[in-house]
Amino acid sequence: MGQYGIGQPVRRKEDVRLLTGKGRYTDDIHFDGQLWAAFFRSPHAHAKIKSIDSAAALSVAGVRHVFTGEDMRKGGMKPLVADINFTDRKGNKMYKPVRHILPSDRACYVGEPLVMVLADSAEAARAGAELIEIDFETLPNITSTAKAAEPDAYVLHPEHGSNIAVHWENSAPDEVDALIAQAPHKVKIHLVNNRLIVAPMEPRCAVATYDAKEDVITLYSPTQGVRPAQAGFAGLLGIDKKKLRVISLDVGGGFGIRSKRYPETAAVAWAAKHINQPVKWRGDRSETFVSDHHGRDQVNDAVMGLDKNGRVIALRLETIVNVGAYSGDNGPRLPIDGGGRIIPCGYDIEKFYFSVKPVYTNTVPTDTYRGAGRPEANYIMERLMDAAAEECGLTRDEIRRRNLIPLSKMPYRTQMNFVYDSGDFIGTMDKTLELADWKGFASRRKETEKRGKLRGIGLASFVEQAGGRPTEEMRVKFDENGKATVFSGTFSHGQGHETVYAQMVNDYLGVPFDQIDFVQGDTDTTPPGGVGTFGSRSSMMGGVAIKRSCGQIIMKGKKIAAHLLQADPAAVTFENGLFRVGVSSISIQDVARAASDPAKLPEGVTPGLDESNLFEREPDLNNFPNGCHICEVEVDPELGTIEIVKYTALDDCGVVLNPLIVHGQVYGGVAQGIGQALTEDAIYDAESGQLLAGSFMDYGMPRAHHLSMIEAHFTDDQPCKTNDLGVKGAGEAGACGAPPAFVSAVCDALTPYGVKHIDMPLTPERVWTAIQQAKAHKAA
Amino acid sequence: MNISLTINGEKITRDIATNLLLADFLRDNLRLTGTHVGCDTTQCGCCIIHLNNKAVKSCTMLAVQADGAQITTIEGLAGANGALHPVQEAFREHHGLQCGFCTPGMVMMGADIVRRLPGADEATIRHQLEGNICRCTGYQGIVEAIMDASSQAKGI
Repeated sequence: MGQYGIGQPVRRKEDVRLLTGKGRYTDDIHFDGQLWAAFFRSPHAHAKIKSIDSAAALSVAGVRHVFTGEDMRKGGMKPLVADINFTDRKGNKMYKPVRHILPSDRACYVGEPLVMVLADSAEAARAGAELIEIDFETLPNITSTAKAAEPDAYVLHPEHGSNIAVHWENSAPDEVDALIAQAPHKVKIHLVNNRLIVAPMEPRCAVATYDAKEDVITLYSPTQGVRPAQAGFAGLLGIDKKKLRVISLDVGGGFGIRSKRYPETAAVAWAAKHINQPVKWRGDRSETFVSDHHGRDQVNDAVMGLDKNGRVIALRLETIVNVGAYSGDNGPRLPIDGGGRIIPCGYDIEKFYFSVKPVYTNTVPTDTYRGAGRPEANYIMERLMDAAAEECGLTRDEIRRRNLIPLSKMPYRTQMNFVYDSGDFIGTMDKTLELADWKGFASRRKETEKRGKLRGIGLASFVEQAGGRPTEEMRVKFDENGKATVFSGTFSHGQGHETVYAQMVNDYLGVPFDQIDFVQGDTDTTPPGGVGTFGSRSSMMGGVAIKRSCGQIIMKGKKIAAHLLQADPAAVTFENGLFRVGVSSISIQDVARAASDPAKLPEGVTPGLDESNLFEREPDLNNFPNGCHICEVEVDPELGTIEIVKYTALDDCGVVLNPLIVHGQVYGGVAQGIGQALTEDAIYDAESGQLLAGSFMDYGMPRAHHLSMIEAHFTDDQPCKTNDLGVKGAGEAGACGAPPAFVSAVCDALTPYGVKHIDMPLTPERVWTAIQQAKAHKAA
Repeated sequence: MNISLTINGEKITRDIATNLLLADFLRDNLRLTGTHVGCDTTQCGCCIIHLNNKAVKSCTMLAVQADGAQITTIEGLAGANGALHPVQEAFREHHGLQCGFCTPGMVMMGADIVRRLPGADEATIRHQLEGNICRCTGYQGIVEAIMDASSQAKGI
């Protein structure tokens, strides 16, 4: 392992390009003769469309075309039906409303795209879109998650008769209910997991061109993997996927929402073919707020029974998840067999009842967002444990110590049928308590109190699951000059794959770090089995496929080297880039050069040193990153403001390939978790159904001053046992640990007032109100 | 309307619409696409450039207002020999970027902070970054990078 090998904090290959303005994002490209697209969006939460009049829009100078969804349907566009199926315990199937791309009969949420205008300039397209006249008949609406599940709620999709898509349960509740009823200790919590705007910094964009001769559409758009986008959009367009090339250039953040089948993107691709002219749509931030999928939005009710020693006897959990107006490909899945399948997380709980009701409402569809169900699951468990600590008269660390799965029980089969291969949950928590000086907190609190403020400390022990889809393909190819290129099936949109994969090839094949190129994001070159980057999967899936590709290269290289050195292939060894037999050796670069010349190859060996590996794991063999985060805050009781004064993270990500990059993933995840807990809230107005948090002016994106330095550590003694590299996902742990650690810390600070819980986000107004209510309650 | 200005050391004259924003002029007309547009409300700071040596959000002024100005964009920050500006170098060293989209604005703001406040402490830098949003890094590497460049500027 050299300076650029696995495990080194190698500075990123990507950086110089991105730091000097040479990044190339979708909005940076233009085509001669391109038309600009703009969309007329629904101003209403729910309305019947009686008629659409395009005449005024078409009269604007520069406007060339106006297309409705009806035009697109006639031109082959298919409706979007989520690729997702669940049944209730009686076998009734989940209800999935048909989503038309630009519906012409009914608008179901504010911002839903209804009509596309194409013009010579972006300004003309927008001016045209403003003049689209739609005769709407407004209808009542429902946006509230909790209310949508009530029996007398206004029903968005009347043909189903209820907003509840399916009532999924893991079992009958009777046994759990009986056990809880008899338990000596009971705790009950009600949580709102706030809806979030994902907001990657690059707003969504799509550019499409059409080659009439080849009948191929080329779509440029930010994704998290071009192959799923190719299959998804080809399906919507009603064309063979070979007739759709998808290219993703540099992508300005993903966080789960990028690879989705968005109507605008489908419409741009459709139009380019329909008019045989390049089409570009540049979404602005306000559009992104109402058109990118949103995240989270759950209401959770949980009851837990414990014995007299504080051991959990049984847990009953009911979740309502707001999936928006239509089902995305993952929305209803998240609490069930998406990330939420991790519940009850790190705890050894034998009896468990779990019910999920996904509900349709007049809101933007929700889908995967960093953690995709795991942050919600861990938040539920950690809030329960804090409540249980108080109920049982134990400290918050002790209640966890008594209920976390001990190392001795590994491997451990969970309630939801995962097998945890490794992880020392109790040991990790104990180490974190030390790192954060948990014991010394009392004196720090005294010091804070001298300054008239309150201080609190909170901890979260979390487990998540990483891996996503169970296949991935990577390719390592040498050219005739001995230079190596990684063709990646995964898709880096900030994670530094160009660097980490080069470290691996450097380590396995001895190729100099700067002699390794990287290609991703184009269906013409991406390996056919490529999937993409989400669910913290790239190292465990792409990384393993690279390792195996490199192994195949060594196998083939040995045959060629043996031939060149006139030796027995079995006698050839490979180390540090050299094939050796006795005192003779030949470099992998020379073998690659020879491999391009059929005359120099042994019989039966095909030319080239170019190997792909389609790695397939058992579907349930995810890995289970885990850790403990401890947050310390100061609260100003007069203002309700919170300052994070110390944040300690200990993460078990298995083997760390590049600590610089993995730390970066932890910092980013924590910041998004703190964002959810402190400032972010995608609020809809209950009456009008308007999104009130519709721009960065109204939506609380966390800024630099909301955060403090995070002290991040790794525990490396529990490598993953189910993949070749020992790696565990690192991308989403921070988002799991931060919300419960932070909320626990704030509630701890508010102990003098007896405040037990405040729903996220813990804005100054909410904290101040909680303090005032507690004071009034005491006085009364 | 005709405007003349100097961008990254190059004199440029163009006839442009009076309602054209400076950010769009840089990106769409001059194809200096390193300057990014991440919002429409002057909040995110992805579009920050240096106008007459001051950090300015180019999405929030008209191109015609820049008539006669000296502008440096991210493309012009590194030295003529390609050597990175100390703030660019520090971002690379401290992993101050992930997806790279907010990065040009962060670097231009960072260079402005370092120029105005050499030796600035962490709290000062965090508050100075009020007008720049990053979704990837948790700001940790960004703040570390600017602190580092800022102490170097003061010779600490």
